[in-house]
Formats: sequence, C-alpha cells, structure tokens
Amino acid sequence: MTRDAIRLTGITKRYGAFTAVDDLTLAVPEGEFLALLGHNGAGKTTLMKMLLGLTRPTAGSLSVLGTEGGGAAARRALGFLPENVNFTGGSSGRAALRYFARLKGAPKAQAEDLLERVGLAAAAHKPVRTYSKGMRQRLGLAQALLGEPRLLLLDEPTSGLDPMLRQEFYRILRDMKAQGVTILLSSHVLSELQLRTDRIAIMRHGRLVACDTLQGLQQAAGLPVRIRVRVPEGGAERAAAQAGPGARVLAANGRSVELGVSLADKMEALRRLANGGAGDVEDLDVLPPSLDDVYAHFGGSPAPDEEVAP
Amino acid sequence: MTAILTIAGHEIREGLRNRWVATATLLLAALALALSLVGSAPVGEVGTGRLTVTIVSLSSLSIYLLPLIALLLAFDTVVGESERGTLLLMLSYPVTRWQVLGGKFLGHAAILAFATTVGFGSAAAAIAAVAPQAPTVAEWWNFAGLIGASVALGIAFVAIGTLVSVTVKERTTAAGVAIVVWLFLVVLYDMGLLGALVATEGQGFLGETLPVWLLANPADAYRLLTLASFDGAGAVAGLEAVVADLPAVWPALALAAWIVAPLAVAWTIFARREL
Repeated sequence: MTRDAIRLTGITKRYGAFTAVDDLTLAVPEGEFLALLGHNGAGKTTLMKMLLGLTRPTAGSLSVLGTEGGGAAARRALGFLPENVNFTGGSSGRAALRYFARLKGAPKAQAEDLLERVGLAAAAHKPVRTYSKGMRQRLGLAQALLGEPRLLLLDEPTSGLDPMLRQEFYRILRDMKAQGVTILLSSHVLSELQLRTDRIAIMRHGRLVACDTLQGLQQAAGLPVRIRVRVPEGGAERAAAQAGPGARVLAANGRSVELGVSLADKMEALRRLANGGAGDVEDLDVLPPSLDDVYAHFGGSPAPDEEVAP
Repeated sequence: MTAILTIAGHEIREGLRNRWVATATLLLAALALALSLVGSAPVGEVGTGRLTVTIVSLSSLSIYLLPLIALLLAFDTVVGESERGTLLLMLSYPVTRWQVLGGKFLGHAAILAFATTVGFGSAAAAIAAVAPQAPTVAEWWNFAGLIGASVALGIAFVAIGTLVSVTVKERTTAAGVAIVVWLFLVVLYDMGLLGALVATEGQGFLGETLPVWLLANPADAYRLLTLASFDGAGAVAGLEAVVADLPAVWPALALAAWIVAPLAVAWTIFARREL
C-alpha cells in the first residue's frame, strides 16, 4: 500500500483578517509529481511553509512523510527550494553546499557529486555573490537534493531561467522521480508542466479548486478541442460544415479557421475533415485544451485588491 | 549538539572571512599595548605594579569598547539573514530554532573571546618584556581574571545583541536599537545613577541599595568585578569605599545572568516566530 507523502486535512491559515489558506484537504501519494498552480497570493508558498513546519496552521492537521505536524524529523528527508533562493554572498558555492551538507547530515562527497550534477563544478570555487540567477538556482537545486530526500518542495524553481537550463532541470527531476521521490512543484510556467506531472492542483484565494490529472481536468472543464484548419480563400464556412454539427467557429481569417469541438465529437470531426477533398481542407492542426486553458478556467485571476502578502 | 557546533563553526568562518576576527583582535591588541606601554604608572606611595595599573585602565576602556564590538558582531545575526532571505532556507533544514540561535551566539562569543584573550594577552606579554621589575604571580592572576571578566562582559553583550536581532523587523532598525542600548547601558545609566546619588547625597533608599543598582547593569557589574575584587586595583580606582563588603561572586553572577537572560528571551521570541 502506498503511503501518503503528504496529507493535509482541513488546513486553514489566517493572518489576522486575511485568510491565506482556506480549508484545504489534499493527499499526495509517495512518488507522485504534483504541480501546484495558482495566482500570486493564492497560498502556494504559505502551504509549503506549513509543510516545512515554518508556519503553524490556524486549523486542520497535516502529516509529512508520516510525521504528524511535520517537524525537524520530517525535514531530514525532504528538500526545499524557495522562490528566489539566496545564499551568503561571500562564501564560495562549494563552501555553502558543504555547510548545508553538514547541517543535513550528508557526506561531503555528496556535495561534490551534486555540484557536478547541476553543472556548477567549474564555478564552485567562486563566491556566490558573483553567480548569475541561473547559477544560484542550480546551487539551490543542489542543496535541495542533499541527503537523498524522499520529498522535494520546489517553489517556482524555473522562474527566470533560460530554456536550456529548464530542460536540464526537468531532466534531473525526472531522475528523481524514477527513484520514487515525491515532488511538489509550484510554478507559473504551465507549458513545461503539461506533460511532466502526474496531477495538477489549482489554488485560488487559498482554496483548492481543482486537483486531478490533466485529462481529468480537461474533461471536467469541458473546454473545446480546437482544430485549426487551413482553407482556400473564402472556404471557412465550407470547412465548418464539413466538420459536422458539433463544430463551432471560434475564429476565422482569410485562409484559416479555428473550429471548436467537444472532446467527445473530436474524432468524428477529424474523420470528416480528413475525408473531405483537398479543395475544402488544405491542412489541419489539433490543439487539445492546454494547461493554460484549463488553468484559466479553474484558476481565474484574482480581483485587483486580493493579491496581498500577509 | 553537532548542529549547534556546525552553525557556530560557520559563524566563525564567516568572521574570519570578512576580517572581523582580525580587526577585533588587532584593535584590542593595539589599545591594550598602547595603554600598557605608553601610559605612565602613577605609582607614588601606593606601590602598585605596572600590571595592576594596566588592569585598571584596560578595564575602563573595555567597558566602552567591548560592548560596542559585541553588539556590532551580533546585532543583525537573525534579522540580517531574514532580510537577505537566507533564514528561510536555513530553517527548512532539520535544525531547531534553539540550535540556530545557540549556534550563532556560540560563534560570536568564540570570536569575541579569542579577540579579547589574544588582544589583552599580547599586552601582558609586552609588559612582561619591558617592565623594570617582573609582575608578581598575584598580578598575573589578576590579569587573567581581567581577561575572564572582559570575555564575560563581551559575551553578555553578544547575548543582548542577539536579542536585538530577533526583536526587530529590519536590519537598520537593529543597528539603531543596538546603539541606543550601548548608549543607555554604558553611558547614560551611570550618569543617571551619579546624578541621583548627588541629589540624595548618598543617603536614603538609593544609598542603601547602590550595589543592587550597580549589579543590574552588566557594565557596572564588570566594573565591580574587575576593580573591586582584585587586590590593589580597587585602591587605584577609588572604588573601595563603595563595595568593600561585596563578595566577588555577586558581580560574577550578575554578568552570568546578563548572558543567560537575554539569550533565553531571544529564544522564546524566535521559537514562536512564524515565517
């Protein structure tokens, strides 16, 4: 039976009159890669702080890696990468990582291995204050991986990183997942999460408004599959008629038209479009509802005065 | 236990790297040497040795300098990390709040103890080298006592500085508070006490309870410890009348209390802080 790496029941956190997290219940089984999405101020970071035991919930109970309330014992087996990670400027990357390794009870050799793994071996002797943002994030990831954690909490880990670095980053995460590590990652960059996560949790104003696989969320949202059809001049209506009764025209310009069909009608519409003559349909692309669309549906955006930090 | 030592070791390494250790040691050594070599001994008929005179002048200077150095070391130990954003990361590790606070305190205390011992010690060595007559064994013991008491004074103010660093929200505020604390405890307190004594002519409640008022201030407790307890030093400093009956253990306990109490309060505040 898989144990839950994280179990939150009715977790609420209030700062005075402001409710940062509102009655949140969530269970994350071991080995799952969960994406945590939400607008700025939705409560994602507060949630992570509670999991780390840095903040106490106002109500509700939580357990991390089997430890009720998540104290120092749970922290031994988890790694945390905060948003905008920072290190004492003057020490070298190597010295900083060795220090953290000692704090976590990890062997010194592991620090060297991790520096190699995140690509910082060459710059490890330089002081951290000379590091670029990407280098600091790499060092941050290295420290999160110290001590062979069973759970990784990553708060916007790829923000401000170039695409190559992001790829490397997810490659490392993939290796961790292969070892059975549970990963909770909060991010705003939806496109890179789409194919990599098991489930997606969406928070809005402190509440958990959705938590399911991408397919589950797509179905629940009932968003249309978009089919972009390239047509000869003026052929928009013909193409729409071709696709069948379930298709709605979402957008049209001269040579291309975007049709919306429900998931159920998708295959039927595609068959009809494909079987039509080349005179009606020159080319088509299928765009299932992306994570962006799903997120916009569930997560929405906050009212202007609701993005408040406690 | 190892976590505290690791964190303390880190603070010491930081102190070495940013030249705090070297600066504090050199400063104290330079001043101690200046006082011991340049200052002429007003021995006259009292017959006190060179070393004893140095003890008096050193302790008078220490009262102003050691608290300042200690406060500068410790005033931003928590608030500085909090502002830089490194505190969040540190607390995500399997360390308790006490280990973090205690480790930082221990590191700063070690730095100050080293600087004081080496600084003052070098002055003593210089005296031993140039004095016309070698200091007596009793004088050496007294000097060792001075170093011990100075270290205690410094550590007491490290504790106070640590307390300041957990109570404020901004580093600049901490700097201001530290200066006010120094000013109050080291300068204004005694002025106020003196003024009150003059006003009441040393009689009445104040006159009776003067030792208590002196013990309540770590700087004065240090003064009592160094000047009144070492034979001969009291005579030179002119304090004998004030505390002739006060056993040395009381000022020592007062200093110890000034180490423990601020630290305990700091821990209580820090342990309950939510990030």
